[in-house]
Amino acid sequence: MQWRHKDLLDISQLSRDEVLHVFETAQYFREINERPVKKVPTLKGKSVVLFFAEPSTRTKTSFDMAGKRLSADTFSLSKSMSSLQKGETLKDTALTLQAMNPDAIVLRHSVSGAAKFLADRLHCGVLNAGDGRHAHPTQALLDGYTLWEQWKDFAGKTVLILGDIAHSRVARSNLIMLNMLGVKVRFCAPRTLLPPAVRSWPCEVYTSLDEAVRGVDAVMCLRLQLERQQDGLLPDLREYSRLYCLSPRHMELAAPDARVLHPGPMNRGLEISSVIADAPRSLVLDQVASGVAVRMALLFLILTRKEA
Amino acid sequence: MSSPDLIVKNARLRGESVDLLVKDGKVLEVVPAGKAPKDAGETVDAGGLSLLPSLTDVHTHLREPGYEWKEDIATGLAAAAFGGFGNIMCMANTDPVNDKAGVTEMLLDKAATAWPDGPRLFPVGALTVDLKGEALAPMGELADAGCAAFSNDGVPVKSSALFRRAMEYASDFGKVVIDHCEDPYLGVAAGANEGEISGRLGIPAQPDAAEAIQVARDILLAEYLGLPIHLAHISCKKSVELIAWAKQRGVDVTAETCPHYLTLTENELADYDTNAKVNPPLRTEADRRAVLEALESGVIDMLATDHAPHAAHEKEVEFDFAPCGITGLDTALSVTWGLVSKGALSEDAFVRAWTTAPCERFGLPVNRFQPGDPADFLLFDPVEEWTVTPESLRSKSKNTPLLGRPLRGRVVRHFLAGKNIV
Ligand SMILES: [Zn+2]
Repeated sequence: MQWRHKDLLDISQLSRDEVLHVFETAQYFREINERPVKKVPTLKGKSVVLFFAEPSTRTKTSFDMAGKRLSADTFSLSKSMSSLQKGETLKDTALTLQAMNPDAIVLRHSVSGAAKFLADRLHCGVLNAGDGRHAHPTQALLDGYTLWEQWKDFAGKTVLILGDIAHSRVARSNLIMLNMLGVKVRFCAPRTLLPPAVRSWPCEVYTSLDEAVRGVDAVMCLRLQLERQQDGLLPDLREYSRLYCLSPRHMELAAPDARVLHPGPMNRGLEISSVIADAPRSLVLDQVASGVAVRMALLFLILTRKEA
Repeated sequence: MSSPDLIVKNARLRGESVDLLVKDGKVLEVVPAGKAPKDAGETVDAGGLSLLPSLTDVHTHLREPGYEWKEDIATGLAAAAFGGFGNIMCMANTDPVNDKAGVTEMLLDKAATAWPDGPRLFPVGALTVDLKGEALAPMGELADAGCAAFSNDGVPVKSSALFRRAMEYASDFGKVVIDHCEDPYLGVAAGANEGEISGRLGIPAQPDAAEAIQVARDILLAEYLGLPIHLAHISCKKSVELIAWAKQRGVDVTAETCPHYLTLTENELADYDTNAKVNPPLRTEADRRAVLEALESGVIDMLATDHAPHAAHEKEVEFDFAPCGITGLDTALSVTWGLVSKGALSEDAFVRAWTTAPCERFGLPVNRFQPGDPADFLLFDPVEEWTVTPESLRSKSKNTPLLGRPLRGRVVRHFLAGKNIV
């Protein structure tokens, strides 16, 4: 398959076939990660800037490792290292980066639309590593890939996304991707943590976890930002955990052999019970491993793209 | 009949071919084309162009003093003159705020120097000191200095008690209070309508209820106090319904909307276009239709630009960080005339909304083409097409989502009190 995209900003820009192509490519790279020497020269001489204007050790390390295993040179730029801290605009930071002529930039930013902003202004590829509440396409793809490894076929599957949907780019990107793959999606959260127009989104919406979890093939837990309580969106964390913490009791209502995912880092006991997080059907660590492979696949596809 | 000193021949006024006779800056008479006397001082051949009264904008931000890189009085008035506006009311949210006679006087001085015959400037004084919503501004002093109305525009007054006192106090000077309706607890100046688009894009947003709740408050206060209120830049159906209800009850309420609420929707934000980030936000198609119908029927009395210039570097940032505002003086006439051309708005409603209604409400000069009216008029080409480009705009700032789009209709000449200013 010819890869068409200079950037990866959101799942919605991809077709179903392209999503599956990413999975297949990741499958190939996954194998490299299991060799004693985990490095191939595929992207030798290419430079990738990791620009994390919002901190995220996990995603950044995953991209860094992905780049290095393909022999690309990776350079880190954090918000405190960039001049954004000194009041420089994102536009000027973008132009500065452009002048250094990297082959791709991986951007994490706290404002929705920031990745598109950068992509519109740069010749090099831009990979969105999470922009505000908008999109987190590589997370969705690694989640999808993790499930694909388990299921191979998505037909008839139902996935529940549980937790702070309103502020979650992971939920938005996963909804688009899972729909595309033919998976039925359910959302479950208190009303205060659901997006305002969620009833018009292509998913079933629940506020009761007991109802939401019934018969699902996988539960994707989201990390609860503790400040939501200060924002007045929750009475307190104890009440949240009483109502929305995924526990063994819930998993008994799900389909037999239902899987559990969490993008990490987990608040154990708050949104997911430790028993579930560590249970054999938890895919949390598979997600981390998949993450490197999927990001290798994406860097490979974008950096070796032939311009039409 | 005394003889005219200016004759505009062969113009089209509401479908008729006419000659306009002007003397001493005032309308002398409108006569059928060809019936004008021959002994005038100056004759202008309109060549069949449309004759329109100069427009009045009751809601504009000129940014001077304090933010001259966005706009200053001279460039703002240039945009007004070329855009067809003869009277301009400028909001008080400058730096310093227009809450002292000295600021009002400075605005009027600068306007007189920059455009001696140009668009007339009518400052709007602050309702509260420094727009902080804590203490009443010295409205008596401000009215004496030349303020035409009072408003806390941009920073809605949170306290209903203080707002009530402000309405009462302003009425002592015969002035109307203009309110920017936005419940400050329901999402301030978010720049996006809360709904499907904002949910998908993941951007902070404000529900239409934020506007409507304060519209309701203001209406109830106006009724209770028996005082007038003017509601700024109405953007949604809920507000329209409340205003219609209030008018039925005989409350002294008037309202304005802006060209962008009549022609654009929240879909403009789909690509995070910060030029479409405005407060109140662009709403849904149902809201757009409701506001347009309300303008036609008179539930919404008038149009205003809410001209809000911002420099390119201020808008070329991440969506959350961009200031709210769309420029309007340059494009308002063409945009709203486009609605008339399409039959979506009647010419009567257009003229009422841009001229008689605002002038009557705020006591400004208005031309109805009756003898003795100020000779404030435009020769307007209703079919000329032009594309909105940075170069085509006189305003110092170019923050409009219309950039690159074609518009129809353009001011060819603009006369104010009989003097040709464009
Ligand atoms: Zn306002």
